Amino acid sequence: MSDLTRLHAHDMTVLLRSGEVSAHELAEAHLAAAERDNHALHAWLTIERPRALEESNAADAQFRVARSEGESALRRLPALLGIPVALKDLVSVAGGQCTAGSRILEGYRAPYDAHITERLREAGAIILGKTNMDEFAMGSSTEHSAFGPTANPWALDRVPGGSSGGSAVAVAAYHAPLSIGTDTGGSIRQPAALCGIVGMKPTYGRVSRYGIVAFASSLDQVGPFARDARDAGALLHAVAGRDDRDSTSSPVAVPDSLLALPANDGDAAAMLKGKRLGMPREYFVAGMEPGVETRVREAVARLEAAGAKVDEVSLPHTDYGLATYYIVAPAEASANLARYDGIRYGLQRRDGDVLANYLATRGSGFGAEVKRRIMLGTYALSAGYYDAYYLKAQKVRTLIKGDFDALWAQGFDALVAPTSATVAFPLGARMDDPVAMYLSDACTLPVNMAGLPGVSIPCGLSEGLPVGLQLIGAPWSEAELLVLARGYEAITADADWRSLEPAELARAANPATPAPGARAA
Amino acid sequence: MATLSRADVEHVAHLARLGLTEVELNTFESQLNHILDQYEILTELLTDHIAPTAQTIELENILREDVVRPSLPVEAVLANAPARDGDFIVVPAILDER
Repeated sequence: MSDLTRLHAHDMTVLLRSGEVSAHELAEAHLAAAERDNHALHAWLTIERPRALEESNAADAQFRVARSEGESALRRLPALLGIPVALKDLVSVAGGQCTAGSRILEGYRAPYDAHITERLREAGAIILGKTNMDEFAMGSSTEHSAFGPTANPWALDRVPGGSSGGSAVAVAAYHAPLSIGTDTGGSIRQPAALCGIVGMKPTYGRVSRYGIVAFASSLDQVGPFARDARDAGALLHAVAGRDDRDSTSSPVAVPDSLLALPANDGDAAAMLKGKRLGMPREYFVAGMEPGVETRVREAVARLEAAGAKVDEVSLPHTDYGLATYYIVAPAEASANLARYDGIRYGLQRRDGDVLANYLATRGSGFGAEVKRRIMLGTYALSAGYYDAYYLKAQKVRTLIKGDFDALWAQGFDALVAPTSATVAFPLGARMDDPVAMYLSDACTLPVNMAGLPGVSIPCGLSEGLPVGLQLIGAPWSEAELLVLARGYEAITADADWRSLEPAELARAANPATPAPGARAA
Repeated sequence: MATLSRADVEHVAHLARLGLTEVELNTFESQLNHILDQYEILTELLTDHIAPTAQTIELENILREDVVRPSLPVEAVLANAPARDGDFIVVPAILDER
């Protein structure tokens, strides 16, 4: 086996069961890659080498026993046994750090496992460590991490997107075949697009948020990153489903079809025939880079050529999405982040009485973007402004959701749109202009407002940088979206760009390459 | 819609219990007003008869069985407290002594 890090998780599973590859070898290969590149990419906040190797050895013991017992024992092994995965550093792992990219949680140790951590353990996955992110998931570039930015492996002077930039880079740079992110306004799909991988935001309520550091509770969802649709489906299947500890997690059944995406390209392509796809004209907007628009329109044309029926459609309230989101999300954030009081856990700064301690702790513990959002949210919820801002935004949210509902009622299977209007932008380019940064999420945040599932899949390059195609579906249609994603992979399997790896992996591996923070400065 | 004055910014910072520097207050005054300008677009929409959406899934009144279940161990929870005394978290006095 030449380089184990290039394998998809579904390939690893086959090799692990046959005994051609051990879980220890897989963990070692990925840990080595992560450790080798981290100075230059800064995808990881912690790499848990000893624990990951220990867990991989335990997995290998399970494989040995099962192989000795025969085929049926091998089939009963957990789905992701021995597969390395990366977690965004807002997922609780008992005893481990969980900073959410913030100084205010530096030194905090999670007292329990998140629901999805429990599920990943049950599935046998090997957690390699925790990845970098915008502080409290507020940002679109991972530059708002209190621990320094992450670089894009396609161009080290560019951002990976955000807020789940570390998890996206970990998968794009072959440090893990799978990773977990969260998506409140695009924080999985946008970095997936900018790093050239698959990233899915499931339907709100599909995955339990228990043990996930909260940002905006009516919008936050946990989801998978992977390098193909099948792997994304397998990871989603492992973590999805009702959990009594998150009352917003849904009892809707998690379909096993997430595990049954066709392996064969012919079968996958055939599933595109007769699909009804809508192309919302409002997503092809002024300010969109011509190269991005070209790639997305080409992708839609390929889907059409493969038998999908594509109609231009309208989501008339799209232009109101940004303002609505940037009222609702900060309002919910300002309430959620009130818990960081410096009393029970996390950073504490003493400056006199209780009030002085709050001001000092929160003033020094939160970064600029988090403070900005807390200020916005507090203002939008404050006496005299609640109706004009928060209530108004909640009403417009109804209209935005209604736009999508009308299309599902017309029988569309999914919508196709760009994930991001631009390719990865240079480090620092949007840091001094919050509104420019907020606009990065214009194509993704309406999906969160409506609670829908969406997936970004790679559809080629513009100026040498990845472009993402976004597929948006009706509630609970994740498996159908991944069928479309898998179909698109099949019909573009021979495309030149499919064989390209991120252009600056060699530079990332060079110990002389400076850190992303040094480049940004 | 409204414009935020410097005093408004200070008031909101106090409501949010954020200790901000003079530089931060100045920066936020201009940035927050620029962001509030973006909200202006919402006044184009008539929403008097539109019901607000607070959540998107059709789940209501989710209750659990009223049974006693183990909670996290006290030691695990208090392990993160910046200052503790036995099973208590130490905080500054809130009421004046009389």
